[in-house]
Amino acid sequence: MSKVTMTVNGRATSGDVEGRTLLSSYLRDTLGLTGTHIGCDTSQCGTCVVHVDGKVVKSCTMLALEADGAVVDTIEGQANADGSLNVIQQAFQDHHGLQCGFCTPGMVMSAAALLKDNPKPSESEIRKYLEGNLCRCTGYHNIVKAILAASGQDVSVVAAE
Amino acid sequence: MPKDTGIGASQKRREDVRFLTGAGNYTDDINVSGQAYVHFVRSEVAHAKILSIDTAKASELPGVVQIFTGSDFEGVGGLPCGWQVTDRYGEPMQEPPHPILAQEKVRHVGDPIAAVVADTYAQARDAAEAISIDFEELPAVVDMSSALDDGSVKVHDNLKSNLCYDWVLGEADDTKIQEAFDAAAHVTTLELTNQRLVANPMEPRVAVGDYNRASDEHTLYTTSQNPHVIRLLMCAFVLGLPEHKVRVVAPDVGGGFGTKIFHYAEEAFCTFAAKACNRPVKWTSSRTEAFQTDAHGRDHVTKIELALDDANNFTAIRTHTHANMGAYLSTFASSIPTWLHGTLMAGNYKTPAIQVNVRAVFTNTVPVDAYRGAGRPEATFQLERVIDIAARELKVDPIALRRQNFITEFPYETPVALAYDTGDYHGTMDRLEANGDFSGFAARRAESEAQGKLRGLGVNCYIEACGIAPSNIAGALGARAGLYDAATVRVNATGSISVLVGAHSHGQGHETVFPQVIAEMIGIDESQVEIVHGDSSKIPFGMGTYGSRSLAVCGSAMVRATEKVINKAKKIAAHLMEASESDIELKDGTFSVAGTDKSVAWGDVTLTAYVPHNFPLEDLEPGLEETAFYDPANFTFPAGGYACEVEVDPETGHVSVERFTAADDFGNVVNPMIVDGQVHGGLGQGIGQALLENCAYDESGQLLTGSFMDYAMPRADDVPFYSVDHSSQTPCTHNPLGVKGCGEAGAIGSPPAVVNAVIDALQSGGHDVTHIDMPVSPGRVWEAIQK
Repeated sequence: MSKVTMTVNGRATSGDVEGRTLLSSYLRDTLGLTGTHIGCDTSQCGTCVVHVDGKVVKSCTMLALEADGAVVDTIEGQANADGSLNVIQQAFQDHHGLQCGFCTPGMVMSAAALLKDNPKPSESEIRKYLEGNLCRCTGYHNIVKAILAASGQDVSVVAAE
Repeated sequence: MPKDTGIGASQKRREDVRFLTGAGNYTDDINVSGQAYVHFVRSEVAHAKILSIDTAKASELPGVVQIFTGSDFEGVGGLPCGWQVTDRYGEPMQEPPHPILAQEKVRHVGDPIAAVVADTYAQARDAAEAISIDFEELPAVVDMSSALDDGSVKVHDNLKSNLCYDWVLGEADDTKIQEAFDAAAHVTTLELTNQRLVANPMEPRVAVGDYNRASDEHTLYTTSQNPHVIRLLMCAFVLGLPEHKVRVVAPDVGGGFGTKIFHYAEEAFCTFAAKACNRPVKWTSSRTEAFQTDAHGRDHVTKIELALDDANNFTAIRTHTHANMGAYLSTFASSIPTWLHGTLMAGNYKTPAIQVNVRAVFTNTVPVDAYRGAGRPEATFQLERVIDIAARELKVDPIALRRQNFITEFPYETPVALAYDTGDYHGTMDRLEANGDFSGFAARRAESEAQGKLRGLGVNCYIEACGIAPSNIAGALGARAGLYDAATVRVNATGSISVLVGAHSHGQGHETVFPQVIAEMIGIDESQVEIVHGDSSKIPFGMGTYGSRSLAVCGSAMVRATEKVINKAKKIAAHLMEASESDIELKDGTFSVAGTDKSVAWGDVTLTAYVPHNFPLEDLEPGLEETAFYDPANFTFPAGGYACEVEVDPETGHVSVERFTAADDFGNVVNPMIVDGQVHGGLGQGIGQALLENCAYDESGQLLTGSFMDYAMPRADDVPFYSVDHSSQTPCTHNPLGVKGCGEAGAIGSPPAVVNAVIDALQSGGHDVTHIDMPVSPGRVWEAIQK
């Protein structure tokens, strides 16, 4: 067992991990941050997406030890300081961008990373960016729409509210 | 003017906040103090005889609590099948045992052989690797047609053959149906495969078993669409436990799509092992295990023939289908190719003679059961493809051919056992033609052609039968379960309401939608109504969520219970206002006496019910809580028309979906936003089936598509924005809300539209292609172009 420390959602954390412990397991099992999900074992589904030192990362592809000393942000830290939903979260609710909710944390974290780099992405850019995030419920329609809306773009032309 | 509250309002979902902030409570988020973890050792081959299992070395490894093999489950029941199909000769289907852990033989890749319970999941996996299994590999049965050959290896040695049943619906007399074909002016024949799919909800399955030695009570937390059904099946058929000592909880569930209906071995195992080990036992499926153990969907091979007279009226349909059951009968497997498939072969059309023949076959593959649509996509695909081909052969417009044959008078008794209560297929087709901008298609095609692409437009109709019912008819047809649902409306003293519902929400938004109905009925704020679901200890009973049934069946139970509540509340209000009960009106949460200015608020009545100081105690019991069980009189019949426009790159065979238009008739709609979302999701899965997804086995029964690396799930850039419209509404005639269900339509209706569009595109380029099997992958399209 080795000790790791990292700043998660602005709070200092530490825990003992095995060499094989994944960052996703550290977040879920050691810290109890179960908003980060595990939906596959081949780094395809994107339900485990978090930010590590500002970069978008699938936390199932990273060992907890590799994140030692890092700043990690997860879905639990995304809401506004007063607890209200942030712009992206609110857009997902406003535009029904989630159904079962399982892919949602990863989608929101990926969307946040996209909009940081590309504040006004086109529909096509959003769809391409989300190729690492699978959703089985929404057919992606309202996820793409929500991200367009979160970026301040007019979505009234998108069919079917 | 859209409503902003109650029935018809696009209310934002109240459940979203917890999901968007990481506060959802999925089964894998549940950890019980002291829990151990189980890892299953699964067969890596499709068919083998187990000679010996040596667990001695593994038992000595650190953290190992106990190792289980098949012999630990002798005397324990197997997993049951919930529907006994009777074959065309009046015999019951062949029904093999389905043990919790393999007994003597393994029959598919993923079949569980042993289970290691250990302190940590890693220790369980480490120990599993130390188990030595000696087995004799047997030839695998994979192809359905050769599985039925006389000399075929048998999946189950104690069965007569690999045939589960040979079933007929409609015209059972082969001579008579042949006469209809002999008299036809034109016959179109199509042979096709409706490929095997994997449902793949994003949340893998999880089970946590807990046992309280003091009270002798079991708790199972599981990723289920129907916790009460799991409790009943597990208690009555598998473990022999009294139901009142077993609690089954399905908390937030990350998608189901059918594959979380069924009772799985891991649920029974964790319940059993928690007592045996005297520790809670948790199992979390990996995605690899999900591919090998979640019941798969579809997997039909079909020949369909359509007969038309010289005026292009449909006169007969005959189908022969081989339906893959896999290695064992999953919970509802036998009903899917029969009562949920054969009954839909009339589609939206007047066809006087129909014969559906289905032969269900055992193979050394993962069991096959319901996946979104469940039998109805298979029926729709055959019918709507063969109609499209017929239209081309007869050189008539495919929409005109469909319209000409539409059923227009209701109720309509089909030749395949259904009675459609209502519908307006021209109405949805009108909406489809308008929204799909068909008149602009020629210009869009010219634009594509200018860029070296081929463009096609494909159209189809669909009808589905939802809210499967009624129980007595289903029982006569072999169902071993009731098909009602239940709701309890519990009014609290201060007027807020807890609604205990048997339906389970795993993405459908019941927590938002169901209160809209009750709030409208009583006239109180929706925030005063809350849904309780997914826990057998809190809810009287329920059949869960599948088959687009929640609002049509459970919602109807909820309405009936609410009506009982209102009736009793009116009696209390009448007493309070010293008026006749027949004069009491309820509007906007206030009871008033007709023709007077007397009124009493909802909250005053509810408080009186629980503080019955001024209360007609001699006539009424205190309290305000009512339960209703609702058994529907008939199925509901959502229907509609779908249109797809694709662009095909003739150089690569790549198909791009450029437009998708859906026009559905769901009857009345409670929350349009959620209905749109349900259709979107179904379309995503239907387009996925049409273009991408395929669960493949090789000849030896190895699963070739065992991960998201190999199984092509639709991604955001594989699909367009969709146009959906459910404004053409013919309310269901037999349930109180007039609703039909919307959960499966998109997946049922969309695959033929996509394939019809691809064929249209290829034909426009001069390629003489009549059919390509799904998935219409670039390779298949390219090959078709080269021929």
